Amino acid sequence: MNPERKIRLLVGKVGLDGHDRGAKVIARALRDGGFEVIYTGLHQTPEMVVQTAIQEDVDALCLSILSGAHMTLFPRVIELLRAQQAGDIKILGGGIIPDDDIPRLKEAGVLEIFTPGATLTSIVQFVRDNVPPRHLEETHVQGD
Amino acid sequence: MSKTVKKQPPKTHRKGERDLRFTTISDMPIEALYGPGDPPDFNPDRNLGQPGQYPFTRGIHENMYRGRVWTMRQFAGFGTASDTNNRYKYLLEHGTTGLSVAFDLPTLMGVDSDHPLALGEVGKEGVAIDTLADMETLFVGIPLEQISTSMTINAPASVIFAMYLAVAEKQGASLSSLRGTLQNDIFKEFIAQKEWIYPPRPHLRLITDLMGFCCDQVPQWNTISISGYHIREAGSTAVQELAFTLADGIGYVQAGIHAGLDMEVFAPRLSFFFNAHSDFFEEIAKLRAARRIWARIMRERFGAKDPRAWKLRMHVQTAGCSLTAQQPVNNVARVTVQALAAVLGGTQSLHTNSMDETLCLPTEHAVRVALRTQQIIAEETGVTNTVDPLGGSYFIESLTDRVEEGAMAYIRQIDEMGGIINAIEANYPQKEIADASFHYQQQIDAKEKVMIGINRHTGGDDTRPEVLTIGPEAEEDQLQRLRETRRNRDQAALDRALANLKAAARGEDNTMPHILDAVRAYGTVGEISDALKEIFGSYQETSVF
Repeated sequence: MNPERKIRLLVGKVGLDGHDRGAKVIARALRDGGFEVIYTGLHQTPEMVVQTAIQEDVDALCLSILSGAHMTLFPRVIELLRAQQAGDIKILGGGIIPDDDIPRLKEAGVLEIFTPGATLTSIVQFVRDNVPPRHLEETHVQGD
Repeated sequence: MSKTVKKQPPKTHRKGERDLRFTTISDMPIEALYGPGDPPDFNPDRNLGQPGQYPFTRGIHENMYRGRVWTMRQFAGFGTASDTNNRYKYLLEHGTTGLSVAFDLPTLMGVDSDHPLALGEVGKEGVAIDTLADMETLFVGIPLEQISTSMTINAPASVIFAMYLAVAEKQGASLSSLRGTLQNDIFKEFIAQKEWIYPPRPHLRLITDLMGFCCDQVPQWNTISISGYHIREAGSTAVQELAFTLADGIGYVQAGIHAGLDMEVFAPRLSFFFNAHSDFFEEIAKLRAARRIWARIMRERFGAKDPRAWKLRMHVQTAGCSLTAQQPVNNVARVTVQALAAVLGGTQSLHTNSMDETLCLPTEHAVRVALRTQQIIAEETGVTNTVDPLGGSYFIESLTDRVEEGAMAYIRQIDEMGGIINAIEANYPQKEIADASFHYQQQIDAKEKVMIGINRHTGGDDTRPEVLTIGPEAEEDQLQRLRETRRNRDQAALDRALANLKAAARGEDNTMPHILDAVRAYGTVGEISDALKEIFGSYQETSVF
């Protein structure tokens, strides 16, 4: 594996929530920021998003939730990823998420939550600083 | 295509000016001064007319708010039907003059509360309705003959409307006396809101079936609320909001005519729903231009004879996307300015957002402040004393013309594509909106556009208000109710109704009477939608970003 390869990101919408303005803006900003970006489209189940994340071999999964269902959906996605030995895929979140819920989501395994007002540049920078390519440490050793 | 004719900005500041360019929130350039000669070729008779007369630029009524102020209609719904029924009674006690139902996401998508995709969503963003039993509870103690009800429901609109009619029947109300509005605008779902069940064309068939049914049996009902609100919330400019909404309207009129309905009967029951964003004058101009364009489309393009078909009646809601989670009390000021723009733009009905809506569904306190904001505008400020107080302003008339020109350019483009369905299938409006929304976000990041509390004046008090949370009990209660209703209903009657509905959907019979039968037999929103999906298929969007 080439350590210089681009970081791959899956931007996803889970559940019935159709608010995709943020997800699309973020997807475009991340693509312009030099990442490879895949967008799931709308109305995905946690199972579908996790399946795509694994198949596409992404380094991080960025979920946008504006429906109020975040306390159910984030933990479910993390649980499914771990069950498929893909718990090292980083989870980022965004949307209408009350402050009080953020510590609990981080405890559950979400790396960072971006709420309204976060700038595109700050999000791109965060990914650059905190999302390393997967596999390098654990699966690929010398001669790579 | 170019959205507006943009003049080259001056290379240096004009003397004494603090900026190179002065633009609206939609990035439309604004001159330092407007005067005699603005707008060019201004002809008051042709461009404005009298209030209550073609082309209705100055309003659809001769005396506007001197006769009756706008309907103060606060959108509400959460948890179970019983929770929401209590909120309606609270709103009615505090002087709200029309109900407006917010449904939860599973209901909006036509799936039942026990569907896997409904997990965690039941009762969260609106009220959970699965069967007629829930609708009966929603309106307990509220006589439907005496109130007008707006229902924000689109993909499964026929099913929810049938439930409303069935409740009215049970209350002993005559269908012809019922007043209210269904949103029932599927085009903007494909363009912006993204809550659909079937592909666009079968959805349109259900809409024309409902229009035909209402022409015969529920003549006072507004069958479609053609909505720009969600288009704007998805990030469009003011001009795009206007253009795509009116293009949708044209699509519905064409569909009605194609289905063999009488335009003179169905067209007066079409209504509109716009956003009131923060750029005060741009919004006023947009609402004035909307009336003028629609009047011309209906009279000149479609040849409607009845003046009621020329009148664009509108509901307006202040812009949710303009509000900030930071320093949320500041939202009261934003909502006030936006509501004032809606009133000066001549709206018939208004929803003012609550200050806490960036955080949660509104609390009772926040909703009361929002309603009081409208009452202050109506009863304290004097803006209702005269009709269209800004009419004839050099600036307002210039801006109204500019917004009209911009919208007409888009409408011509969509006509050239063969109409709105083709445009939607080509992802055209979706792409234009995504571009505008990305451009605006970049301007916010670059501080070229300002949001107080986000990119300027960020310090100071940021105390969070009390937040309304919907606990998991609502979902549990709803699942319990659904199980009970399924257990106690006459399954054979429902099976017959669903078989008849599928037969109608396959052929050309109106689907509405069969949907009503299925609803009366306590069929669920999901069961009825799934039956139709067998005939109509489902839809998967190709996302563009």
